[in-house]
Amino acid sequence: MKAIRNIFEKTKPYVQKGAKYHWLHSVHDGFFTLFFVQKDTSKSGTHIKDYLDLKRTMAVVVFALVPALLMGIYNTGYQHYKAIGELATTGFFDICLFGLIKVVPFIIVSYVVGLGIEFVFAQYRGHEIQEGFLVSGFLIPLIMPVNTPLWMVAVATAFAVVFAKEVFGGTGMNIWNPALVARAFLFFAYPSHMSGDSVWISLKDTDKVVDGFTGATPMALAAAGTPDYSVMDAFIGLIPGSIGETSALAILIGAIILIVTGIGSWKIMVSTVAGGLFMGFLLQTFAVNEFMAIPAWHHLVLGGFAFGAIFMATDPVSAAQTSKGKYIYGFLVGVLAILIRVVNPAYPEGMMLAILLMNTFAPLIDYYVVEGNIKKRLKRATANA
Amino acid sequence: MQCYLIFISFPCHLTMLTKVCEKFFKMCTFVHQILIPRYNMSNIKRLRKGLNIKLKGKADYILEQADMAKSYAIKPTDFPGLTPKLKVKEGHTVKAGTSLFFDKYKPEVQFCSPVSGKVVAIRRGERRRILEVIVEADGANTYEEFTKADPASLSADQIKESLLSAGLWPCFIQRPYGVIANPSEQPDNIFISGFDTNPLAPDYDFILSGQTKTLQTGIDALAKLTKGKVYLGLPAEGASKSFQGLKNVEVNTFAGPHPAGNVGIQIHHTKPINKGDLVWTITPQEILYIGRLFETGRFDLSKIVALTGSEVQQPKYYKTIGGANIETIVKNKTKQEGKERIISGNVLTGTKIEEDNFLGFYSSQVTVIPEGDEYEFMGWALLGFDKFSASKTFFGSLFPKKEYTLNANLHGGKRAFVLTEQYEKLLPMDILPVFLLKAILANDIDKMEQLGIYEVIEEDLALCEYACTSKIEVQDILRQGINTMIKELS
Repeated sequence: MKAIRNIFEKTKPYVQKGAKYHWLHSVHDGFFTLFFVQKDTSKSGTHIKDYLDLKRTMAVVVFALVPALLMGIYNTGYQHYKAIGELATTGFFDICLFGLIKVVPFIIVSYVVGLGIEFVFAQYRGHEIQEGFLVSGFLIPLIMPVNTPLWMVAVATAFAVVFAKEVFGGTGMNIWNPALVARAFLFFAYPSHMSGDSVWISLKDTDKVVDGFTGATPMALAAAGTPDYSVMDAFIGLIPGSIGETSALAILIGAIILIVTGIGSWKIMVSTVAGGLFMGFLLQTFAVNEFMAIPAWHHLVLGGFAFGAIFMATDPVSAAQTSKGKYIYGFLVGVLAILIRVVNPAYPEGMMLAILLMNTFAPLIDYYVVEGNIKKRLKRATANA
Repeated sequence: MQCYLIFISFPCHLTMLTKVCEKFFKMCTFVHQILIPRYNMSNIKRLRKGLNIKLKGKADYILEQADMAKSYAIKPTDFPGLTPKLKVKEGHTVKAGTSLFFDKYKPEVQFCSPVSGKVVAIRRGERRRILEVIVEADGANTYEEFTKADPASLSADQIKESLLSAGLWPCFIQRPYGVIANPSEQPDNIFISGFDTNPLAPDYDFILSGQTKTLQTGIDALAKLTKGKVYLGLPAEGASKSFQGLKNVEVNTFAGPHPAGNVGIQIHHTKPINKGDLVWTITPQEILYIGRLFETGRFDLSKIVALTGSEVQQPKYYKTIGGANIETIVKNKTKQEGKERIISGNVLTGTKIEEDNFLGFYSSQVTVIPEGDEYEFMGWALLGFDKFSASKTFFGSLFPKKEYTLNANLHGGKRAFVLTEQYEKLLPMDILPVFLLKAILANDIDKMEQLGIYEVIEEDLALCEYACTSKIEVQDILRQGINTMIKELS
């Protein structure tokens, strides 16, 4: 440990202002703070500070995402071997290995591209590397269909980091969730790679598929009027879908981690689910087709609803920030997601658009909550006067 | 078809559910009332938000007389917004109660020497700002003589005159703004907090014991100064016995974690400050100063100070005099295991001082914690069984009763606001702290006023600063906002 520290301390003079390698100072600083919590102590205000910093916060979220990633890796292999009819003859490790080979490059591409841009911006602006992308970079692979070409992942990540985050001023300043912007970018720029029946399951041209194979997600089938899925499979995550979003079980474990540590807002999670159930129930009650008639709670385990409710809607920067605002924001995310999903034929999944839309309106919700607080204070003042 | 049926029968289900819920709640309330009879003494204001930071090194209930310090000082930096104007020069001899300097803009507010002796130094900082006026004690303890009288027989003006000339006016802090009260104004009410919930705070029951009479004299004086009442906030459990039977005060009882003992929080839950309101606050030890002035005619800053913190060998209470050099309390009494940070006051709102510096005017506590200026390998990724946090992200939170050694390290880099509702959980007030801070950063005076800047001072938001993931300097920002308000509205 001392050896590592010595390396950083010895190289520090070379990246100081005016030194030869100053252009590397953000990178140096980024890695130094990653390895070592710095020795700076409180100069003003409180003399003790909480051990929780942004690195820890982001690490907790990444940790909460790990179950979803592991299930995603397994499911990628599972769907592949199921499609070619070799599931029964393939071992657990081979399934995982296949998934690993497919999924790990996504993560590498996302982090390399995203962090690269972050380093450049940090250097340009002269501030420390900020940790926000640690989570965004993990989210992006998990919301991509497994057949997305890696170059698309790179382009989408670059677009999201630059236009959804850095132009606003970096971590803490963005209006929309950067990971969802990456996904939305691909969704509108390359729609054929983001939906349809051929994007969810990794198959080579030479692979022969079994009879009756469609490759469509349960939701697409339901939307087409032929709901055909096992709720248990959908809950565990053994259905086609984006890499990390299929397993409601893994997402639930993540949700528990986020709620217990207090990092994720349970208010948003609960109200999103409530909103989804409310809309689902409403649609179910007035059902005119098969898709509308599926039980409201099925919506929670299908598509990206669970993943969005737990990991995307709760992004503290782009969500509503006031306590009351969170309930309203979450509820509307849930309502809109199911509404778009079921009623709008153009989009098979509504979660992404619902969250981006509510991200846009979150400041407005907060504005009215803050106004409420102001009015209460004003009323108190005039009542006393 | 089935779903239609469910829909139609839904109202029926709902009524049934409500009935069941109602019964359940009734049962709960009933059980609650039997088990906890206190529940119905509804005078207690229960505050749920906040946090008790459990540090190692709480003072034992042992009182020791500290040695007479060689030197004493009054520090103008203890009083926010003060521009001092000197009355003495180096070499002047003074008595206890002789004015050392006064407020340039309110010349009747005097700041007096706590002991008799010689002015030995006037220490200045940047731009010749006066930091300390140091008096070397002569050991003779001669006092300026002030009028001795029963405050009940004096008029408000006479009391004011006494307090001003005896240098006790700085004991009154006004809200809004948390600055020394303006003697030409009359407050709506005066608030006293009868307990301190800050980390390792001294126990008022111990430091005030046997002083009821002096407290009463002080409170009688306060009661004359206000248009309204004198309010005293007491804890639901363990209130100081010295407060029992006090007259001329209205008692409110508060329960809950820190900052329930902060007078600002108590004001908010008694009579919240609106625009145009003016209240004063004072602490019990300062009421004793006032009581003693009227009982003895002397300016006597004797107080009991708790020496606390994980780096103190034997944390206990010391009897000393306000402004004393803390050498007499701290020297050779710390563990000296590493670099230490000595704080006059508590870890949330105190001032960092050196070992040979002076006790702050308002401090009734000295805390010594490790400086913590060391690198920590992968500190943010450790399990953290020994790490205390307002969040539950470290395993330390599995042991809620454990006491911790916390150092002054920042534990992370400064960032923009990221997490939300972190501050709200720690501030038992109907205020949106982050929005208020943003209004201050944007220099938006109207918004600051609308969002309640009149109701808070630094100590109320100190806990938010402690817990802030982004390491934002909340107290500095708030003071900056308050200074703007004072400048713009005066």
